[in-house]
Amino acid sequence: MRLPEKVALISGGARGIGAAIARRFTVEGASVVIGDILVEEGQTLASELQQAGANITFIHLDVTSESSWADAVVRAIDLYGRLDILVNNAGITKRDFIENETPESWDLIFEINAKGVFLGTKAVLEEMKRHGNGAIVNMSSSYGNVASPNSAIYGASKAAVRLFTKSTAIQNASFGIRANSVHPGPVNAPLIQEFLPFPEKVRLLEEMVPMDRLGQPDEIASAVLFLASDESSFMTGSELIIDGGINAR
Amino acid sequence: MRLEGKAALISGGARGIGAAVARRFAAEGASVIVGDVLLEEGQLLADEIRESGGEIAFTPLDVTSESAWADAVALAIDRYGKLDILVNNAGVIKRDRIENETAELWDRTMSVNAKGVFLGTKAVLSEMKRHGNGSIVNLSSTAGLVAGPATAAYGASKAAVRIFTKSTAIQNAKLGVRANSVHPGPINAPMMHEIMEIPDKLANNLARVPLGRFGEPEEVANVILFLASDESSFVTGSELVVDGGITAQ
Repeated sequence: MRLPEKVALISGGARGIGAAIARRFTVEGASVVIGDILVEEGQTLASELQQAGANITFIHLDVTSESSWADAVVRAIDLYGRLDILVNNAGITKRDFIENETPESWDLIFEINAKGVFLGTKAVLEEMKRHGNGAIVNMSSSYGNVASPNSAIYGASKAAVRLFTKSTAIQNASFGIRANSVHPGPVNAPLIQEFLPFPEKVRLLEEMVPMDRLGQPDEIASAVLFLASDESSFMTGSELIIDGGINAR
Repeated sequence: MRLEGKAALISGGARGIGAAVARRFAAEGASVIVGDVLLEEGQLLADEIRESGGEIAFTPLDVTSESAWADAVALAIDRYGKLDILVNNAGVIKRDRIENETAELWDRTMSVNAKGVFLGTKAVLSEMKRHGNGSIVNLSSTAGLVAGPATAAYGASKAAVRIFTKSTAIQNAKLGVRANSVHPGPINAPMMHEIMEIPDKLANNLARVPLGRFGEPEEVANVILFLASDESSFVTGSELVVDGGITAQ
């Protein structure tokens, strides 16, 4: 097992990529707290994995709320004794051209995608520094590195995550805490669910990918597992792009 | 095991990072061919890995020779029936200022570090395309991303590897062949030994690393294992920086 005796907190863990990470982490021996605003889906996932023998708990977590983060961290430590891994996975997207976007839309996307990562990081640092060991994995996007056709605000928020991750890494390298970002391309997960009823739109997404297909949540979970585990012990401030080749051209 | 049933060819595998990759791959169930110009060290390593139960063979491999590559690939296919993984790891370094470097040194550096990757890639592509599955992992360097004080030729050769890798990825994405580059910072391996022997240089190099230490060959091998395995199935044309945070700042 690749995460023996590790304790992990995963935001946005009720479905999609976050749920795939929760499943993978428990299989690899971690005790997991999943936080999400999707209470029913989160509890259902936790129950399912508990029945399969996993140590996993669901907690309501609004990543825009500092007190909600504090509760989640306390819960993890109460239940499992400490916290080794934070996966800042919660995120939203909205696709439109800049001239149609509103300041409210900007604020909401940044509040969740970028400030949520800041608040999560801030909430765990003290505990991770206390035991001198921690891995923070932040969900950016391949569209935090290159422009997407129609999600300027989403891309800007994910670019913020990319650099915030590097700052987290540099500030905390001497405390045994690593921080890295993951940059998925289009993945068959809820953020693209609006496309799924329309095969021609899915096809357009696939054609943007040199590998000519969408990624699967499990493929992102494998990368998050690698960065969360001690296997990546000399990696910090790095970005792992998982996009079937989009960024390479 | 994470490379069950895979056959891998590793250039420059007799010592240092390449030897760590060979040990790790064999432990994860791969059948390995190690190629190197260091005959004695390569043979000793192969014997050691075989005694601990690994499936491995050593072959002389000068990466600047197209026919040497053809022989190595033929050996892999003869012995294991196929070739799934190529690690273009062989490399040379000489540190000096541009005005002190010679045209011969430039040619030698480019020939081994860059053209060697081209020849290795060319040698394996038809076999990988034949069975529609392959992973090529090329050793670049942080010196291929940012300039070092005395590594102009080396850095240029490693920058060439970075983009050549992305071209390999794009050209072969639909054929089931992935290609990614790994960018180590200072690693406790033969290329760094001349620096580690001089206390001032050692201190200067250590001061550059946010994690405050050099990486170990095994830490680079872990990254190569991730990229070589099917865990990274949606990762192609990407670069993984393993530098303890150097290039994040």
